[in-house]
Amino acid sequence: MEQRVISEIERNYVLSIVSKGKRVDNRSFEDIRDVKIETDVIKKAEGSALVTMGDTKVLVGVKVDIGAPFPDTPDKAVLTINAEFTAGASPLFEPGPPDEEAIELARVVDRGIRESESVDLKKLCLIPGKKVWVIFVDVYVLDHSGNLFDASELGAMASLLTTKIPKAVVEGEEVKLENEKEPLPMKDTSVSVTFAKIGNHILVDPTVEEESVMECRLTLATNQDGHIVAVQKGGVGTFTPQEILKAVEITGRKAPRYRDLLPKQSD
Amino acid sequence: MSLTKQSIPTRLIDDNGLRTDGRKLDELRPVKLEIGLLKRADGSAYIEQGKNKILVAVYGPREIHPRHLALPDRCYLRCLYRMASFSVEERKSPAPGRREIELSKVIRESLEPAIFLEEYPRAGIDVYIQILQADGGTRCASITAASLALADAGIPMRDLVVACAAGKVDGKIVLDINDAEDKYGSGDMPLAIMPRKNEITLLQLDGIFSQEEFEKALELAHQGCRQIYELQRDAIKEKYKTIREQVSSDEKKKSDEESENRI
Repeated sequence: MEQRVISEIERNYVLSIVSKGKRVDNRSFEDIRDVKIETDVIKKAEGSALVTMGDTKVLVGVKVDIGAPFPDTPDKAVLTINAEFTAGASPLFEPGPPDEEAIELARVVDRGIRESESVDLKKLCLIPGKKVWVIFVDVYVLDHSGNLFDASELGAMASLLTTKIPKAVVEGEEVKLENEKEPLPMKDTSVSVTFAKIGNHILVDPTVEEESVMECRLTLATNQDGHIVAVQKGGVGTFTPQEILKAVEITGRKAPRYRDLLPKQSD
Repeated sequence: MSLTKQSIPTRLIDDNGLRTDGRKLDELRPVKLEIGLLKRADGSAYIEQGKNKILVAVYGPREIHPRHLALPDRCYLRCLYRMASFSVEERKSPAPGRREIELSKVIRESLEPAIFLEEYPRAGIDVYIQILQADGGTRCASITAASLALADAGIPMRDLVVACAAGKVDGKIVLDINDAEDKYGSGDMPLAIMPRKNEITLLQLDGIFSQEEFEKALELAHQGCRQIYELQRDAIKEKYKTIREQVSSDEKKKSDEESENRI
């Protein structure tokens, strides 16, 4: 995707528009595209969300299971985030196991959710050292029209916020699941804002055309307090420290816009 | 199972403001750099930073395999970051995990801006990073060593790339965090720059940083990078000084022999 070959004419078109202070889809550099989040779209999943961000579509599903904790965190649930680029989502995607782009996407989404401690993993421990809830968050990219990071982060958060898991009752060494469902214990939310650097400009929420001509990319995830919980620079260009600080400042203004779109947790 | 289990430190910074390894908040771990120590590679470098021990080999520019990776307009840069199974407390499976795949990608992207890749279309450069012992901050140390190995291979570059992390430990922003500070501290921010024009080629962060803390960490990591940059330059000079001495002593021997023959 980032290494995409783009025709000279298309590249020059995008670059010339950006150099005039405009964007291909008429947005300003700081505008985000329209975002729609639908939740509970997959009934077989414990939680799910379909995020539409401009023409980008990302579907996230949460499945849960009971398993063993990691030895170094015996009192914490296991949270696993994975990303799949479905082969139909872009002419450049190929079928096969996740490549480095998909792995990077999953790990950056993971970092935001984990570092903000959005999910209270301690409350999801059933029998310390033996049995804990295992939460699988799987991100499926359905249509790649740019900015998969923010769409995936929103989808992961929205699906976690609407996930319902069976109530578990611990009897000695046994865990009994009841028919009653309850929401996940959530403590915070993480939302990311991604920038593309084109020339000397930084553009919020890049489209796929902008990503194909950008020099580099910066993703900043923040928690509810506006503190930075994850950062990832990508791409082969460079940022100046001033550009980074400007991105931090813009994130402070844009993150609440995304956060407002997240569903409220219901009982 | 881990036989050499570390006890979890209750405090990472003591009353005197010193860290678990006795360093001040803005102090780097001792850094040792060596260049050109591998015989077969086109370029190589070795770094020790604290207990980190990392070996980097560079091959190329050379024909790339598989050939379909070749790019028509520039050289293909390939980076492999791999940890030895014994480099960490608990044995690591030698098969590359997701972390190693992500790190290979961000390291490659941190080096790419420095290299004149357009000089070698259809060719490939391989950067093989082997972590022999890990003690926190391996990606930064790898970048520091990899750019030296690239320079050692004679690959034309705009600048060296140098990396250093800042972190958040016991509520304080500290330089160059070690393994314990990474595990039990509350934040890590690796940074790589090309110092001549102060361009950022890698920036990552995990943990919770306020805007103020973020700016402070960015500034501190920059300072760390600049200190290591001097060591990188010294390492290169050192290597060429050795070569120069070698050459001049060879030449002297040769001219001595010639003058002897003349007599």
